[in-house]
Amino acid sequence: MLNYVSRTIGALATAAMIGAGVTGAVAAEETIKVGVLHSLSGTMAISETTLKDTVLFLIDEQNKKGGVLGKKLEAVVVDPASNWPLFAEKARELISQNNVSVVFGCWTSVSRKSVLPVFKELNSILFYPVQYEGEESERNVFYTGAAPNQQAIPAVDYLMSEEGGAVKRWVLEGTDYVYPRTTNKILEAYLKSKGVAAEDIMVNYTPFGFSDWQTEVAAIKKFGSAGKKTAVVSTVNGDANVPFYKELGNQGIKATDIPVVAFSVGEEELAGIDTKPLVGHLAAWNYFQSVDTPENEEFIKKWRAFIGNEKRTTNDPMEATVIGFNAWVKAVEKAGTTEPDAVIDGLIGVSVPNLTGGFSTIMPNHHITKPVYIGEIQEDGQLDVVWQTPGLVVGDEWSDYLPDSKDLIADWRAPMSCGNFNVATGKCGGKGS
Amino acid sequence: MVDMIQRFKALLAILALVLVAAMPARADDLKPLVDGLGKNGYAALREAIGALAATGDPAVAPVLQALGAGDLYVRKSDRAVFAATKADGGFALKDPLTGADAGTAGSRDVEKIRVNNAVREAVTSALGSLTLMSADPAKRRAAAADVFRNSDPAQIPLIDQAISKETDAGIATTLQMARAAAVLKSDAPDAEKVAAIAALQAKGGRDVLAQLTAIEASAPDGAVKAAAQTAITSIQGTLKLWDGAQNILYGISLGSVLLLAAIGLAITFGVMGVINMAHGEMVMIGAYTTFVVQELIRNNMPWLFDWSLAISLPLAFLVAGLVGVLIERMVIRYLYGRPLETLLATWGVSLILQQAVRTWFGPNNREVGNPSWMSGAFELGNLTITYNRMWIVVFALVVFATLMLVLKRTPFGLQTRAVTQNRPMASSMGIRTPWVDALTFGLGSGIAGIAGVALSQIDNVSPNLGQGYIIDSFMVVVFGGVGNLWGTLVGAFTLGIANKFLEPYAGAVLGKILVLVFIILFIQKRPRGLFALKGRAVEA
Repeated sequence: MLNYVSRTIGALATAAMIGAGVTGAVAAEETIKVGVLHSLSGTMAISETTLKDTVLFLIDEQNKKGGVLGKKLEAVVVDPASNWPLFAEKARELISQNNVSVVFGCWTSVSRKSVLPVFKELNSILFYPVQYEGEESERNVFYTGAAPNQQAIPAVDYLMSEEGGAVKRWVLEGTDYVYPRTTNKILEAYLKSKGVAAEDIMVNYTPFGFSDWQTEVAAIKKFGSAGKKTAVVSTVNGDANVPFYKELGNQGIKATDIPVVAFSVGEEELAGIDTKPLVGHLAAWNYFQSVDTPENEEFIKKWRAFIGNEKRTTNDPMEATVIGFNAWVKAVEKAGTTEPDAVIDGLIGVSVPNLTGGFSTIMPNHHITKPVYIGEIQEDGQLDVVWQTPGLVVGDEWSDYLPDSKDLIADWRAPMSCGNFNVATGKCGGKGS
Repeated sequence: MVDMIQRFKALLAILALVLVAAMPARADDLKPLVDGLGKNGYAALREAIGALAATGDPAVAPVLQALGAGDLYVRKSDRAVFAATKADGGFALKDPLTGADAGTAGSRDVEKIRVNNAVREAVTSALGSLTLMSADPAKRRAAAADVFRNSDPAQIPLIDQAISKETDAGIATTLQMARAAAVLKSDAPDAEKVAAIAALQAKGGRDVLAQLTAIEASAPDGAVKAAAQTAITSIQGTLKLWDGAQNILYGISLGSVLLLAAIGLAITFGVMGVINMAHGEMVMIGAYTTFVVQELIRNNMPWLFDWSLAISLPLAFLVAGLVGVLIERMVIRYLYGRPLETLLATWGVSLILQQAVRTWFGPNNREVGNPSWMSGAFELGNLTITYNRMWIVVFALVVFATLMLVLKRTPFGLQTRAVTQNRPMASSMGIRTPWVDALTFGLGSGIAGIAGVALSQIDNVSPNLGQGYIIDSFMVVVFGGVGNLWGTLVGAFTLGIANKFLEPYAGAVLGKILVLVFIILFIQKRPRGLFALKGRAVEA
């Protein structure tokens, strides 16, 4: 009897195991895998963790609607730990081992550059959601963040206008790495093309994580006391911003005297500072949490419910992730497959609603159309929109203001299919790869 | 005669009319002007501010102040303007002029009047002219400064009137300057302008320089331009001297930060010889302790906020010290005399601590506020000294002095020195060397913790806080001379001042590299740093 019972249990267990194995296999076949390549530890975790959560949130929302092509989406999250070579390894792991159909990831330009060869070699798709310096267009990458002409140049235009204070003298203050250096090069050329004299432009760089801003702020003050309206264009990155703004506040530089317009400061960064002394300083983005549209209100409500925190902020790279994700879903549904070549070709021309009440379209250069907003910092750490571009701005991958890239264009549609076509020579393959 | 009487009657009637017009509650007259602030568009808003300021009525000042502070709202139903404060579920409305209660509104029924920088500027300039005669000297001082900054020639009569009534000498001087600056922009005769330039030159400073440069650029050739040029050169000469003083001051401030960060390491690395890569994380733990204390105070006892740092200090010392003792007992004590393994093990500990804090508190920066006595700045001549930097200098010196006292004047200090100088001898004299080791390591870590309290005031409170200081700390200790606290003090201030003198010329990036190269060369020449320890301890 005992023998019989144990045998029955054994048989049942085996059956259960087989059953589990079979259903496991079915489930694995029915999902579409989505890779998330954002740093969850190390210095960049401060910015990138939110984007990982955003992708998980979007996948959750999409699965509630029934997934894509009748299959559920499944997130594969890896942690490249703010380590640039590790980004390439993890990207390879995602594509070759986990067979993901698409990857959302990267924040810094150097991490993007590090994964590029992997995406090209294994022919997969990367959505890159952060504002960057431009000067790149790759077949396997879709850039949903702002190119310099979608952020830096409109911001400068605003400050030059009567309403922005008719600024005549410019301080370009940045952290010492590729994004600020390229952006400042573009801005310098742009300002000079607008008739700003060389002695009215001051460029200064500081190291990553710089914290002692006394000398720099004093220099800005000195530069600003030349009798012409002065503004600071800040490409200072991440952590260094907090001590920079604290020093500005402490040394009594008010936004009405010398406004600072920043390209890397959003709601998330301001959450760590007492913003009272900073009221009136500016930020240029394509999205602000304070934008008053029904789409945005609904997004914030669902996001906060998903994350379980009623005070969680939203920011621009999150919106870029949302646009990228929705565009990918739409392209996959249009192509009827997740096969990379079909999706890459199908993505061009796809138009999805953004969170500011309009539509963003993916252009043949793999950049997207966006509105540009200038916001002023408020006492509660939010940014109120004071100005916006009249229409949508198309991302310009090769800057018109740099001598060696002004002749280049990118168009990934057949028959051109080229990321750096030189209009002057009529050949594909100018600057870059 | 009849004619006379008639005319007299008419005059009376007119007088009565004027009186009637002037008498009734001014609020009723101003109300439409105030409601004008509710129009859409920044240009319309600026016009409305101008219209309000033109009344010259001091009753308008609180309205403009509320506008500048972003407290004014428009009721959507009738476009009436109110001062609103958040109440549960909506807003409590008040009449902006009288402050009388005007009921409540839901959060969707009112909309905030948005202001941008141009509007804020219009508000301050309007307020400047309105509060110039205020009874409160502080308000008058602020108003005089605003008037000086705007230097509008149309305000000269107003300024003259204010000067004649002014009793405070300081404010009167600012007003004289404001008048001089306004005269320069008016079409007054050249002689008057030259005199104004002389008056401004006597005051000096950056604000004056800004005004004069603008005048110099726009003035036609002649006496005014020449006078402006000489004034500019003279002011620039004086400012150059001040720049030197400023570099020293900033250097001392940077030095004090370096000293704070390094002083704990001077004990664990300098005195005990442990290469402690987790030192920066002790600083971070101190900063997070401050955050937790402030968070508790903010939620439970807001009135204690100004004391939050004083409360955090002992707590940060205890928490970081305790973590230090734990690390010593669990890891380091097995590795004494094996510097390479210690380096790797403490590096691992630092990564574990960072990730633990990241998991616990999240990767984002945490807000640590400045208590009121640590915010803002004061002017000393042409130098701006920020309070938080000044207090950190004082604090660093106090910590240093206390540590010296502990090491030189207490039994514990005696034992520590005995153990580091000759361990077997100390042990045979009955000192429990393992416990002294643990406590000394705890002391070094605890001091790093209180450094964290100070650094939370000027830097980000994030899991990466410590990484930014570890290299600098080792630099200071090695440069100053391992095992010598005075060396750490001198080393920190030397590096701080050298760095700040290089920065304006070489830039922050290159300046740091130059300092590093200098230290490497210096160590080649004097391998034991500035103040080398002499005697038996060195050979041991």
